[in-house]
Amino acid sequence: MRVPLSWLCDFAPFDLDPRELGLVLDDLGMVVEGIEHVGAGLDGVVVARILDIESIPGLDRVRLTRVDPGDGAALEVACGAWNIEVGDVVPLATVGTTLPNGMTIGRRKLKSVVSNGMLCSSVELGLGDDSAGILQLPADSTPGTPLAEALGIRSDVVYDLAIEGNRPDANSVAGVARDAAARLGLPFALPEPVVARKGEPAGAWASIEVDSPDLCPRFTATVITGVEIGDSPPWVQRRLVLAGMRPINNVVDASNYVMLELGQPTHPYDLTLLEGAGLRVRRARPGERLTTLDGVERRLGEGDDCLICDATDRPVGIAGIMGGASSEIGPETSTVLLEAAYFSPMAIARTSKRLNLRTEASARFERGCDPEGIDLAVERFCEVVGTGQVAPGTLDERRGLAPPEPISLRTARLNALLGTDLTDEAVRGYLVPLGFEAAPVEPGLHRVRPPTFRPDATVEVDLVEEVARHHGYSKIPRTVPHSPYVGRLTPYQRDRRLLRSILVGAGVNEAQTPSLVGPGDHERAGLRGARPIVAANPMIQEESVLRTSLLPGLLRSVSFNVARRSPDVAFFEIGSVFSRPAPDREVKGRDALLPDERERVAVALAGEGGDAVAAKHLLDSLVEGLRLADVALEEGVSEGLHPRRAARVTASGAEVGLVGEVDPGVTAAWGIQGRLGWLDLDMSALLSAPRRPLEQRPISRFPSSDIDLAFVVPEDVAAATVQRALQDGGGDLLVGLDLFDVYRGDRVPQGTRSLAYRLRFCALDHTLTDAEVAEARARCIDAVATITGARLRG
Amino acid sequence: MDYDALPQLQEEGLARIAAAADLAELHDAEADLVGRSSVLADLQKRLGTLAPQERPGAGQRLNSTRRALTEALSERRRALEQAARAAELEADRLDLTEIPYRPRRGHLHLVTQTQERLEDLFVGMGYTVAEGPEAETDWHNFQALNLPVAHPARSSQDTLYLEWGEPETVLLRTQTSPVQIRVMQAQPPPIYSVMPGRVYRKDTPDARHNPTFSQIEGLVVDRGITFGDLAGTIDTFTRAYFGPDISSRLRPAYFPFTEPSAEFEVTCVLCRGAGCRTCSSTGWIELGGCGMVHPNVLATCGIDPEEWSGFAFGFGIDRQAQMRHAIADMRVLLDNDIRFVGQF
Repeated sequence: MRVPLSWLCDFAPFDLDPRELGLVLDDLGMVVEGIEHVGAGLDGVVVARILDIESIPGLDRVRLTRVDPGDGAALEVACGAWNIEVGDVVPLATVGTTLPNGMTIGRRKLKSVVSNGMLCSSVELGLGDDSAGILQLPADSTPGTPLAEALGIRSDVVYDLAIEGNRPDANSVAGVARDAAARLGLPFALPEPVVARKGEPAGAWASIEVDSPDLCPRFTATVITGVEIGDSPPWVQRRLVLAGMRPINNVVDASNYVMLELGQPTHPYDLTLLEGAGLRVRRARPGERLTTLDGVERRLGEGDDCLICDATDRPVGIAGIMGGASSEIGPETSTVLLEAAYFSPMAIARTSKRLNLRTEASARFERGCDPEGIDLAVERFCEVVGTGQVAPGTLDERRGLAPPEPISLRTARLNALLGTDLTDEAVRGYLVPLGFEAAPVEPGLHRVRPPTFRPDATVEVDLVEEVARHHGYSKIPRTVPHSPYVGRLTPYQRDRRLLRSILVGAGVNEAQTPSLVGPGDHERAGLRGARPIVAANPMIQEESVLRTSLLPGLLRSVSFNVARRSPDVAFFEIGSVFSRPAPDREVKGRDALLPDERERVAVALAGEGGDAVAAKHLLDSLVEGLRLADVALEEGVSEGLHPRRAARVTASGAEVGLVGEVDPGVTAAWGIQGRLGWLDLDMSALLSAPRRPLEQRPISRFPSSDIDLAFVVPEDVAAATVQRALQDGGGDLLVGLDLFDVYRGDRVPQGTRSLAYRLRFCALDHTLTDAEVAEARARCIDAVATITGARLRG
Repeated sequence: MDYDALPQLQEEGLARIAAAADLAELHDAEADLVGRSSVLADLQKRLGTLAPQERPGAGQRLNSTRRALTEALSERRRALEQAARAAELEADRLDLTEIPYRPRRGHLHLVTQTQERLEDLFVGMGYTVAEGPEAETDWHNFQALNLPVAHPARSSQDTLYLEWGEPETVLLRTQTSPVQIRVMQAQPPPIYSVMPGRVYRKDTPDARHNPTFSQIEGLVVDRGITFGDLAGTIDTFTRAYFGPDISSRLRPAYFPFTEPSAEFEVTCVLCRGAGCRTCSSTGWIELGGCGMVHPNVLATCGIDPEEWSGFAFGFGIDRQAQMRHAIADMRVLLDNDIRFVGQF
């Protein structure tokens, strides 16, 4: 909200430096987002009378005027406007003047003549919105008077304030002034307009009827007859412009002026355009339609929409949000019906949200206006509009408006929450200037009745905040509470950090990719059975589908780098994936509403050396670093992965994840050349897998013996199976097992390969004899033959 | 051969030793000069045949020659060995500057680095780190936080709802505050915890925002916790994080889940308070929101607000990373461009 300092000064004598006042506003929570110094910008602009107008030979759009700038000289000034006549009094920008729009006036030559200044429109002077012609000044203005003086305009400071949602009272110039005056200890006073009411009473002109008092607890209508529509006086226009609103005409401007000043929106109707000369407030019926002032047809009645209708029940406006075009104030309007009402904030909020239509009025109503501020707003409107005759008696329907409930406030509780040592008197001293009635009940206890313009204050802590705000947050002594706990990460969190450092130490970079991917990204990653959950109201399609796997995001990241000529990249990501829960999931309470969410770690190894072998070695590093006891690879195919170069990872038989390579068809679809190593593990399964025992394993002091064994093994028997057989056969004596050679080729039968192992045998308590080693060797060969059918290679 | 020829033998021997070009030649020379079948050995054997009065003199001369030759031999051997070793090393020469810079080391994501720094700081202050789901119920994300359905302040949060369950019941959390609710429901006070994590807004990515970003919040609930405790805690951690010359201030604000509420600001870390473009010449930059936990929120979680009080605060982790590393466009945080990732 833009608030001119001069306007604030109408309510309290703010005489401090504008910057200092800005700091006060800031400190009260009305955040100053900008301070604009608006020079009147009118230095060098004077009142001038037109003495003569003639054409300039060779120019048909510009005429030459001679004006009296006050010193009696007849100054020649060219002018392109056509709304001027000899004798008019107009603003003249003299040579050397810089106008508010930044234009500097110079002496200009046009054909045969020289122009010694410029006659100005209201736009050029920053005073209004009418660029069609030269601003006409009152005929009795004295030529030579500085324009600012003639119009009573001074340079100004405009604060651009961000007002919080719980402060409807501060959505007005008067409200800002009240807050600041209270902090500064300055007297604050609202305007007291005096409006004479004459003629037939309002009831003779119009009627009102409220059918839905729950949506509209108070509704008033005031009749003003004999209105002449025209421009507002310059001071009204200037204040509206400074506040960021466009002047329209005196009636609309007065309505806007009152809204900005007091926070009460009003709506003026042309009474003669209202059928039946009356207004009716009711709920919209399902399917009802209304074309609002902005020319859009609105569909209503889907919820508790409140309509303003004429006396024949035809809708003329959406209550508190926007009027219809049918009864709009026009140049011919002479009788005005002014609506000033209080609508249910929740109802306005719902309708405004559903129609996606927010206006200055709806923003104020939905936060809560002052139902008792209506009377002042009406009087102020009648004063500012400055035309017509106000009919006696404002029509006023009120039902169900309760005064604010008193709140008990305990000084001890307040001090306990703030860490202050305020007295009863100090507490009341902060609240009373803000309009709260605060009466002592007993020492340490106050009965506080909030003013009607503070609907946000309903419970004790609301008052605590008000006191804190006005005492000043910076004056509250700072202390640090001491935690009784030893701060530490959970084992899971510590292991997750360890896992990150293992991967980083292995040369892998950490990536973070959006949890929402595009439609089709899962399918492009080969995850055809994914059935992901989608966002109900996504902003952009590329981020509308919840990932079921880290694969699509990492494919995108690798692809991004490949496209930038960095094909050799290794990435890991730790993040949540989401899926539809299994029917038998055991979750209690509200969490049963949630999708399945698991944290996973995935690694993508692209470019040189990035393949299933590298992925497997990375898994080994994780197993080693986390000291996992019983991790194994088992056969299994998985969507998105190479069907012959991937395996399932298990820990003590439980599923942990996948390792291998991404399906070449998938990498090709993402523009990635060559193999892509892939490791994808469930974090909680991985980190809860059994670890090696903490106790040390004894190391033998006796020498060990090595033997080499090569087996011819069918391709469909996993090396892991052979290894398990060797371990079975070797028993405790087998302390080392290393697959040192894999051979495929002519020297073994088709469909088999040779696996060569080096076995190391050792006993804890003696040196093994040759016979013992030979016996162990035989057991190993037997075990392999029994379990896998593989023979020793001849 | 006569004992009188010993000086000549010694002279010739020394010349031969000096001329030995390598260890093999030296080995031959050693055999010829002092070996078993050398002249010297022969003279040694013949010593017994001399007249008794001649023996001591001849023996002395013999020993002196042998000593001279032996010493020269070992000296020459040392020199030759040294030369051989030097030649071997020379042949093994490696220019280490020829080796390309190729570290076997990845990089942690900037958001992780920032998050870990912040976590460590609070852990040092006796806090635990709490986590919760990113897909949340409307109840945890809003209702329990004093934001009933249709509360106007909800509109500012640009919520992404999921097509899951009843409409508008499950969403991607807009803040990590639902974790505060979960912590308060799971454990009785005292509570000293921070909640880092990913949050989501319905937004279009641009240079200043990603719709997906990370936040960290803090929650303290204990007996006698005051607004002064909140201000002091924020001051302590901002000084610890940004440096001792950075101060903090609180300014009234509105959040439905805290009261009194505040925005907290710190001295602009770029201009150190002097005023610059980043801080719009104010010398301060806004960091996050905070306040005393609203009694309704405590009560909802089964904590008696008359017995316990608490404060909460929160701010963006990505924004901290942006400030620390002068990141011009936030979208780079989710691109994972190796030319960016590799810098940190």
